[in-house]
Amino acid sequence: MLLEVKDLRVQVRPEDEEAEGAVKEILKGLSLAMNAGEVHAIMGPNGSGKSTLSHVLAGKPGYEVTAGEVLFDGEDILELEPEERAAKGLFLAMQYPVEIPGVAYMQFLKVAVNAQRELRGEEELSTPDFMRLVREKAQKLGISMDMLKRPVNVGFSGGEKKRMEVLQMAVLEPKLCVLDEIDSGLDIDALKVVADGVNALRDASRGFLVITHYQRLLNYIEPDFVHIMVNGRIVESGGKELALKLEREGYAAFQDAA
Amino acid sequence: MADQDTIRQVEELKKYKYGFETQVETEKAPKGLNEDIIRFISRKKDEPEWMLQWRLDAYHRWLQMEEPRWAKVHYEPIDYQDLHYYAAPKKKTIKSLDELDPEILKTYEKLGIPLREQEILAGVEGAPKVAVDAVFDSVSVATTFREELEKAGVIFCPISEAIKKHPELVKKYLGSVVPVNDNFFAALNSAVFTDGSFVYVPKGVRCPMELSTYFRINERNTGQFERTLIIVDEGGYVSYLEGCTAPMRDEHQLHAAVVELIALDDAEIKYSTVQNWYPGDEEGRGGVYNFVTKRADCRGRNSKVSWTQVETGSAITWKYPSCILRGDNSVGEFYSIAISNNAQQVDSGTKMLHLGKNTKSRIISKGISAGRSQNTYRGLVSIHKKATGARNFTQCDSLLIGEKCGAHTVPYIQVKTPHAKVEHEATTSKIAEEQLFYCRARGIPEEEAVALIVNGFVREVIQKLPMEFMAETQRLIGISLEGSVG
Ligand SMILES: Nc1ncnc2c1ncn2[C@@H]1O[C@H](COP(=O)(O)OP(=O)(O)OP(=O)(O)O)[C@@H](O)[C@H]1O
Ligand SMILES: [Mg+2]
Repeated sequence: MLLEVKDLRVQVRPEDEEAEGAVKEILKGLSLAMNAGEVHAIMGPNGSGKSTLSHVLAGKPGYEVTAGEVLFDGEDILELEPEERAAKGLFLAMQYPVEIPGVAYMQFLKVAVNAQRELRGEEELSTPDFMRLVREKAQKLGISMDMLKRPVNVGFSGGEKKRMEVLQMAVLEPKLCVLDEIDSGLDIDALKVVADGVNALRDASRGFLVITHYQRLLNYIEPDFVHIMVNGRIVESGGKELALKLEREGYAAFQDAA
Repeated sequence: MADQDTIRQVEELKKYKYGFETQVETEKAPKGLNEDIIRFISRKKDEPEWMLQWRLDAYHRWLQMEEPRWAKVHYEPIDYQDLHYYAAPKKKTIKSLDELDPEILKTYEKLGIPLREQEILAGVEGAPKVAVDAVFDSVSVATTFREELEKAGVIFCPISEAIKKHPELVKKYLGSVVPVNDNFFAALNSAVFTDGSFVYVPKGVRCPMELSTYFRINERNTGQFERTLIIVDEGGYVSYLEGCTAPMRDEHQLHAAVVELIALDDAEIKYSTVQNWYPGDEEGRGGVYNFVTKRADCRGRNSKVSWTQVETGSAITWKYPSCILRGDNSVGEFYSIAISNNAQQVDSGTKMLHLGKNTKSRIISKGISAGRSQNTYRGLVSIHKKATGARNFTQCDSLLIGEKCGAHTVPYIQVKTPHAKVEHEATTSKIAEEQLFYCRARGIPEEEAVALIVNGFVREVIQKLPMEFMAETQRLIGISLEGSVG
């Protein structure tokens, strides 16, 4: 099994409230299992905890896991640093990609690729090999080399940022790709390009966890399973027809279940 | 206890890789400072009488002065009588590198400045040439590429030699930018300076290679007081690099240098420093006290001076490379990266004095503080009545890493003419958790992520450095910030 989330409970301590008891539980016993080669979609209303789940999977500091397990490739990863999880093949395309002024995208990518290789005990990728790899992947995603000379995400449009997340994924070749609203802010053509980019990476050894609000993305990236998440739990799972039902009926029916 | 010390030293060694000591026989002046010591230094250097008198005059002025206390740095009082003011490797002056003490050659090799290879490289086509003056404690031990520079008419030699061989130039310019009584440390330096570099670029000559000086303090309880004097005559150009390191010592070492730059009509000087003196350990034990007076006089019309500095070392840095923009249309620039970590204290900045018409200055300062360090930018922009059309742009950005450090910006602006334009921008930011996580989620470990983000933050300044220094600086930033997170 590629990913197994078992009865996960996660809380946060909101920043300016030091007082005891000022905690907020966001994930309330969430379970999820997926095999390599599968695409799972998660849909759920705003604030239901989708991004929180993605952050906890990737190891973002600031969340407290109070119960449950996360097994990646059979290994409990909750104690691992984010960079170690990344090196093991976990990738998170973020809902809000971050700007890093002064650091050229190309340089960022190269540092990332080689840092992962080092953590895995592999040799550094030579500059020409790296350039070749990036050029090829960028071309497929319609990303110009000029864009890669610019500082990471600084001044990029919403859609450009998302496209770049997919480029990173293509270059890093992870085993598990968590895509948090990769479709938000994309125009119709860009949506197709990004979806093609994702589909090009689909293979038997790789899994995708696609978080989205819109059924439309799932027309392009066809999921094997769809999960509905409400109030920190998966309340219903099914095939891709579940997304269509959701589109028709909204969350009301599921909210009652929560 | 001894074990503890060893362990600590080994751990520190991982961080400051220049911390080794060289075993060479040295000759030292007895500890203390008085007229006899100054006579001793002057005699050792075989100086003419006028130089001795100059020193003695400075000494007497120094005695009347008080150590400045206005900077935002705190340290135990320095006992000026408990220092050696002269230390030199025993072997006398040398004609070629073959005569240089092999231990010293090795030292510079370890520091990444292979003097011999510098010379060998000269024969290799396309290899970048950098002429090096190596100053070891109180004396210059080697200067490379001298002949080739001489052909171009450029004089590049230890200042001790210039005093003897080019007295007319030294007499005319020494102390003409930083007068002996300018400040406490400058007066001290004027009395006891032992060596440093001298550069003269004649009219219309572009110096055919980068010039550089590497300063190394080796001896214990020895102050280093170097003196650098660079004169670029009309229409000339030079790019000069300065690098500094010191062994790790538990006690503090004093470094009080004076650098004077003079640019005549249409001349340009680019002065770059990578200062990496031993910063002391995490608790603030040891480390160099760096009290430096650096000043440029843009004496000629259309002259230009750029200071670029990367300050990563020293326990205390007190340093304000400045420009006197005397000539009409002259330009002064100051690009600075100052990094402080652990218990380091930095009080640095610049002074731009606009005296001439249409003078321009540009200040870009990037301060990074981590650990418990304190990092202050102190800058003065002064525009005199006659400096109509003067312009200044200042940008001071501070980056904080962690909760216990401090960043301070103290700009002084004096404008005495309505026909001037002064712009000042300042920002203070923290490395955002979001940025760190974004990097880490891509597989970049935390310390590397910090280095990457900081390198991005200082990019504008790094781009001003000569090629040779860029890569080294990026690496140095990583090393300086080790242990600053987590
Ligand atoms: N650090 C925090 N402090 C306080 N509340 C938080 C914190 N992080 C998340 N939350 C809250 O947890 C809930 C879940 O947030 P999350 O971002 O996971 O939702 P989401 O399902 O991704 O929503 P959206 O569809 O709008 O992206 C929200 O109510 C949010 O305000
Ligand atoms: Mg979200």
